[in-house]
Amino acid sequence: MSAPLLKVSDLHVSFATEEGTVKAVDGVSFELRQGEILSVVGESGCGKSVTALTVMGLSRGPNATIEGEVNLDGKDLVTLPEDELRKVRAERIAMIFQDPMTALNPVYKVGDQIVEQILAHEDVSKQEARARAVEALRAVGIPNPDRRYDHYPHEFSGGMRQRAMIALALVLEPEVLIADEPTTALDVTIQAQILRLLEQLNRERGLAVILITHDLGVVAEVADRTLVMYAGRVVEEGSLDDIFYDPQHPYTWGLLGSLTRIDQPRPRRLPSIPGAPPSLISPPRGCHFRPRCPHEFAKCSDTPRLEARLPQSPEHLDRCWLDPDEKRARRVVEGGIGLVAGAE
Amino acid sequence: MSTAPLVEVEHLVKHFPIKAGLLIDRTVDQVHAVEDVSFRVEQGETLGLVGESGCGKSTLCRTILRLEDPTGGRVVFEGRDITDLPRRQLRSLRSEAQMIFQDPYASLNPRKRVGQIIGDPMRLHGVAAGAERRRAIQRLLERVGLSPEHFNRFPHEFSGGQRQRIGIARALALEPKLIVADEPVSALDVSIQAQIINLLKDLQSEMGLTYIFVAHDLGVVRHVSDRIAVMYLGKVVEVSPAEELYTKPIHPYAVALLSAIPIPDPRENAAREPLVLEGDVPSPIDPPPACRFHTRCPRATEVCRRVEPPLVDYGNGHLAACHHPVNVDAQDLARATIAPESPLGAGTEMPTLDGHVPDLDEAMTPRPLPGRE
Repeated sequence: MSAPLLKVSDLHVSFATEEGTVKAVDGVSFELRQGEILSVVGESGCGKSVTALTVMGLSRGPNATIEGEVNLDGKDLVTLPEDELRKVRAERIAMIFQDPMTALNPVYKVGDQIVEQILAHEDVSKQEARARAVEALRAVGIPNPDRRYDHYPHEFSGGMRQRAMIALALVLEPEVLIADEPTTALDVTIQAQILRLLEQLNRERGLAVILITHDLGVVAEVADRTLVMYAGRVVEEGSLDDIFYDPQHPYTWGLLGSLTRIDQPRPRRLPSIPGAPPSLISPPRGCHFRPRCPHEFAKCSDTPRLEARLPQSPEHLDRCWLDPDEKRARRVVEGGIGLVAGAE
Repeated sequence: MSTAPLVEVEHLVKHFPIKAGLLIDRTVDQVHAVEDVSFRVEQGETLGLVGESGCGKSTLCRTILRLEDPTGGRVVFEGRDITDLPRRQLRSLRSEAQMIFQDPYASLNPRKRVGQIIGDPMRLHGVAAGAERRRAIQRLLERVGLSPEHFNRFPHEFSGGQRQRIGIARALALEPKLIVADEPVSALDVSIQAQIINLLKDLQSEMGLTYIFVAHDLGVVRHVSDRIAVMYLGKVVEVSPAEELYTKPIHPYAVALLSAIPIPDPRENAAREPLVLEGDVPSPIDPPPACRFHTRCPRATEVCRRVEPPLVDYGNGHLAACHHPVNVDAQDLARATIAPESPLGAGTEMPTLDGHVPDLDEAMTPRPLPGRE
């Protein structure tokens, strides 16, 4: 196994607001390995985007408190000064966002935005930068990149804009790409094209990707490993086989169970997760999923550690006190994996 | 109870003019949002309407409810032609047909209390007043899974899922027969989606509601629908009993849509050979002639560029508009007839089975669902 490219250790991010302190990320640790696609899956407000923004140094602000470490080649990105951080961004780690229309500047030509990126980081001539920008557009599958260089973002379709964003992110050849819900705003047929492109870049350039998504289908299609996040914490981590075929955390069961699938006989009622995620201003004591979990017991008021609980799979980690055998019995709902059968 | 369909849509057309000019507005072009669409919705059933952004599914819904005036064609609601109903008389339609919107943030007035939001339709239609109305609203709140104490709260005090419940309660306030739900769960997280889908299904069986359920997500549509219509660039390309669309899609676009959906099962994903469509959806301002899908269709031939395919009935209520259908054999074709819903401008020639590409056909045939006979 190769050494980790990026190591996040015990990351805490909180934001002071008028209503109180929001603990957006509450002790997240993970490693990103060379050339892998690591997906981070969870629902709105689980802290997946804040984790990614913190890795990029983009969550800093007067009301933000950041603790813990994000280690890239011995450098801690949490404490790195802004000018050094600027070099890390784009050259080592780049990020793409959900909505490519708001991420691109609408009043500059797409190609010029890429050239600006190159000139800000490297001492090259304008012509050379332009040639590289055209090449970058070609590499992400934009037809007629020479002509497209001079177009404005509004002249691109949603899928083409996301391709342009990827070209912009990758033009300086970073090793890590953080993709925050890159296909959520796109139609399924376009989503399939973008996912295929990410896979191709991963395979051909050895690009490591942190793919943030709420869609377990996307995870199953492209990821190598997965983190499942809930209310600011990682509740389960493992390979695709671990997460999809032997999930250990009740929240993961609930997520898998509530999917509307096209490849299975349809259940009479969809198994759902009762209730709603907790407020991150005053999260519950102990396990954050406890108030929604039908399997909750006395021990759950102590926070379980994220650790390997299955002797045969040391890389499959979870945060649940239940005994593994007990879990295997309890997660079976109406023949599949789920949390509760058809409850509200 | 009558057996007549609740809604009949006949050759419905909706164009939006594109205007230019400083002093005089000239119509320079048209957005062909809905182009000759016909279908019926039976009492008590759920018709799912799927397609990608810009395919005209929302416009179609809004036109059925007369929130937009149709450019051509007819809409019949409970045997009554409502196509040209004057505004004044539309009010009676509003108590029979209601809508649930996609964005639970934008569709509730932030300055009004929940009780007012749900009670306004009742007030406007004079169905209940005073304490009686209050009790009716509180019953509705309970029915959609909220608490009667929420009566005096404002929308911002609720989460997305709860807001969508408020929107559902408002739609139910006048006890309508038809509810048009336009992407009602697209803005919600999966665990909340499941709650809202279950709620909508419960309400339907209790109150005998008829739904037109719009979504871009074929998984969600499958769970709620009895029949599904697939739209592409303003046209209905396939109508099918819900399950049959997933086991035996006929139109190549339906196959491509199904194949593009990532399945939350890594092993199954690795085993299938997805058909990834190249390119983007063309502009509805200048849609491709004849079959609108021919620019992206892997099976397109000369005839697809020349003649619009008729909507053909393959039996069992399964209709598709394609010259080179998938999952159809000679026997199916022999029994098939041109459906009365077929667009007026379409050709009258039946589809053919020649011109098939064997490898492609294999990729286009979805594997049978596990665990079914």
